Amino acid sequence: MKAAVEPTESPLIPESSGKLGMWIFLVGDAMTFGGLLAGYGALRYGSADWPVPSEVLGIPLTAVMTFILICSSVTMVKGLAAIRRGNHRRMRNFLLLTVLGGLLFLGLQALEWTELIHRGLTLTGNPFGSTLFGTTFFVLTGFHGAHVTGGAIYLSCIVILGVRGRFSGENHNQVEIAGLYWHFVDLVWILLFTFVYLV
Amino acid sequence: MVSSHRKEPNYLAVFWWLVGLTIVEVGVIYLPLAKVVINILLVGFALSKVTLVAMYFMHLRFEPVTLSVIALIPLLLCVILVLALLPDHVAVRHKIAPTPHKSVIVR
Repeated sequence: MKAAVEPTESPLIPESSGKLGMWIFLVGDAMTFGGLLAGYGALRYGSADWPVPSEVLGIPLTAVMTFILICSSVTMVKGLAAIRRGNHRRMRNFLLLTVLGGLLFLGLQALEWTELIHRGLTLTGNPFGSTLFGTTFFVLTGFHGAHVTGGAIYLSCIVILGVRGRFSGENHNQVEIAGLYWHFVDLVWILLFTFVYLV
Repeated sequence: MVSSHRKEPNYLAVFWWLVGLTIVEVGVIYLPLAKVVINILLVGFALSKVTLVAMYFMHLRFEPVTLSVIALIPLLLCVILVLALLPDHVAVRHKIAPTPHKSVIVR
């Protein structure tokens, strides 16, 4: 017997509950970043000697870092597309490239931090103006960097599971959930790049 | 909740849009425009990039509407937070001196 009312959305099944769980986690995480960014805005516009970020921070280097994260998002979706077609080898290679992109991003961030610290910018000191500039910069980029580190570890675990043959064309939910996390990290960086470095 | 047999989006096109918008974003800060115009452009470009990532890489375009509503909640709360902080920003910017309380006025 046909149902009188067709559901407009497919029901929540065990395969999709993990994805919903990740989305709820990401919503919470987004609110944390949102709070930090709103706090950054409040401190910045309440300060009379806030330096112009593009004159203090290295825009070309961070533009390259942005490019790397965008590339890693593409390799992530390509990896997911590969396992959807049942291609394990291609998935593993694309996920390894994604992890490599994350590590490269972290390496460049370490380089940027080292350079800025050598120029006197620290959590509690800033020779270019307001001390809070250094505090907010390191807290925001550091919190994001911690997410990239977590994502690289998470994706490495997914690669190991993939090598052990855990995933297939029909069973790739965990890869998709890990991908959601990775794209979120990319999405947050897009906002940080704009608000911390460019505006 | 998920349709795994949907048509794959053109990820490379999204990639080139993201790269292009990033290049334009970096270029905009060096344009001889008013600061407020530059900031509006930068926020617009950033939101466009965020939308592209969420819609195509995070597949929100192909998911049920409920998931998009869940994803929009932080944005809504952030807008409320910024609006709540706005009077404070304005007060600091215009250096509004606090009004003395009647009880502490000495004649």
